Amino acid sequence: MTGDRARPWLLSAPALLLFAVMLVTPLVMTAILSFNSFDFYGGIQPTFGFSNYADVLGDSYFYEIFGRTFLIALVTTVICALIGTPQAYFLLRMHPFWRSLMILVVLGPLLISVVVRTLGWAILLGNNGVINEALRNIGLIERPLKMMYTSGGIVLALVHVMVPFMILAVWAALQRQDPATEKAAESLGAKPFTVFRRIVLPQAMPGILSGSLIVFSLSASAFATPAILGGRRVKVVSTTVYDEFLNTLNWPLGAAIAVILLVSVLAIMVAWNRLVEKRFAAVFQ
Amino acid sequence: MAILELRDLTKRFGETIAVDRFTLSVEKGEFVSLLGPSGCGKTTTLQMVAGFETPTSGSIALNGRDLSKVPARARGLGIVFQTYALFPHMTVEENVGFGLEMRKVPADERKRRIAETLDLVHLSHLSARYPRQMSGGQRQRVALARALVIEPELLLLDEPLSNLDAKLREEMQLELRRIQQEAGVTTLLVTHDQSEAMALSDRIAVMQGGRLIQEATPFEAYDRPTNGFVSSFLGKSNAIDAHLEAGGPGAAQLRCGDIRLDGPVSSQGPGAVLVSLRPERIEFCGEGEGIVSGTVVERVFLGDQWLFKVKTGLGELLVVRRNSGRREPDLGEAVHLSWQAEHLRILEAGSAA
Ligand SMILES: Nc1ncnc2c1ncn2[C@@H]1O[C@H](COP(=O)(O)OP(=O)(O)O)[C@@H](O)[C@H]1O
Ligand SMILES: [Mg+2]
Repeated sequence: MTGDRARPWLLSAPALLLFAVMLVTPLVMTAILSFNSFDFYGGIQPTFGFSNYADVLGDSYFYEIFGRTFLIALVTTVICALIGTPQAYFLLRMHPFWRSLMILVVLGPLLISVVVRTLGWAILLGNNGVINEALRNIGLIERPLKMMYTSGGIVLALVHVMVPFMILAVWAALQRQDPATEKAAESLGAKPFTVFRRIVLPQAMPGILSGSLIVFSLSASAFATPAILGGRRVKVVSTTVYDEFLNTLNWPLGAAIAVILLVSVLAIMVAWNRLVEKRFAAVFQ
Repeated sequence: MAILELRDLTKRFGETIAVDRFTLSVEKGEFVSLLGPSGCGKTTTLQMVAGFETPTSGSIALNGRDLSKVPARARGLGIVFQTYALFPHMTVEENVGFGLEMRKVPADERKRRIAETLDLVHLSHLSARYPRQMSGGQRQRVALARALVIEPELLLLDEPLSNLDAKLREEMQLELRRIQQEAGVTTLLVTHDQSEAMALSDRIAVMQGGRLIQEATPFEAYDRPTNGFVSSFLGKSNAIDAHLEAGGPGAAQLRCGDIRLDGPVSSQGPGAVLVSLRPERIEFCGEGEGIVSGTVVERVFLGDQWLFKVKTGLGELLVVRRNSGRREPDLGEAVHLSWQAEHLRILEAGSAA
């Protein structure tokens, strides 16, 4: 029956249409744009070539920016895993009342705009910011610690933004584990830390790995946080794209950089996923 | 000497009393079952012995040593959990070896003991598998091996067979008994399945509402229940409300409505009682030889046996007959029932479940 076949498509048509208009179209147009060329006097030329890609891939300036971006994303991911995993475990062990309260505390930041939160960090981290003033007043430092416009500052704020995603991913994995496995290990003579390291952590691993995937890709493409805390001095890929589009007005070059970012993040995600599946296929489904 | 001694063990959760002044001792090498319906406090009792719950009051002693200050990891007990609780990220061999590793047993001895124990549960050929790759029965054996390899003084089993299907459960019952006897390990089992408790144990402790109701060998508990709850929980039983007539020593005289029954020798004083009669002790007989007569109102064929419900002056009585190829009464047929007086059990009135 053709009617029955068509029905699912008809029902999902509105969503598909929205998806096509809002996501696929701009992506395709960005991709096309990246093959055009740019002329300072004539603007965007409808030519087709790889000159923009050649420019990016042949310039150490861009390598530095890509390198910094991925390093910031990687360090953010590692710190999120180190903070988020124990925190998810504590949440699991909490009394139900405190647990629901703490989950609210963990997820609360997600309700506030990233821009607002990052401006908050700017107030804290500035040379005359709250942290430096406090350290100076108690006499620990004489000259302000430089935290604004550094990669470290960006990592700090990104961790704050991303850690809830890690906690949620690990939490989901921990909830799937049988709580009796911890008791079993204990009855076999394991001390609490051994139980955590040998029993809880390995079972949380799928959650840590999928959380890492989310945190890494979001951090690598984050814009607001590096834009506010890094400014022009500590550029990452997304702020570079922004500058190409709005300052230099070299849209094709900006598009090429964006496409390279998209493709490399995708490649890292796919490779990571493969690795994880291979490693854990026998153990977890 | 008793290996395990529970004395007046009590556990409250807020208002509910999960375990109420529970006293039990388990001898070395014995297989004891805690039997009772769901929610009667069996798991809580076991968890207190294991060290995962703190008793509200009462004491637990293992080999004469008080356990109240000993944490779970130092009690050295082997525990098989209802869900098996195998470590999913470890192979069978690593699962079984975990307890030895924690005890810092040298690698070569560890290897030997793992192999021995896997041999005992017939799993040597699967030592490299992960739990996900095994059937329920096999996981059960791994859990058993993991608990036995540390040579515990006491093995605790919480409903170990309840996650298996009926056929496998029967097989594992025999297996469990064999393994327990070969390992010679003192065992405390928790179950709500009366046939499991009877098949496996040397002694059964029947629990109801957190209390110990009767403690006896399986045969005794079945044949001489001290309580209506025990008699109806262990197998099928006919419960008849009756009045015990005053009488001297010797056979009791029972009255049920206007029917008079001869009872067994009983020391109980006169008054209202509950009479219990096992359905397989009732015979069909010729007219005139019967104690009561009635009509068959239900008839179920179970393959190896027949199940009848007979409406009589004593109420509806359940009768079980072994299928020996004879013709059995039809539905609606008038029948006469008889039994021997010593098969009646006189219990406290109102003690039925
Ligand atoms: N952690 C707990 N908190 C509150 N009540 C509990 C808890 N554990 C058990 N109970 C209660 O104690 C009683 C006995 O439970 P349990 O020992 O699990 O029974 P069983 O194992 O015989 O089915 C039940 O009424 C149960 O609701
Ligand atoms: Mg239970």
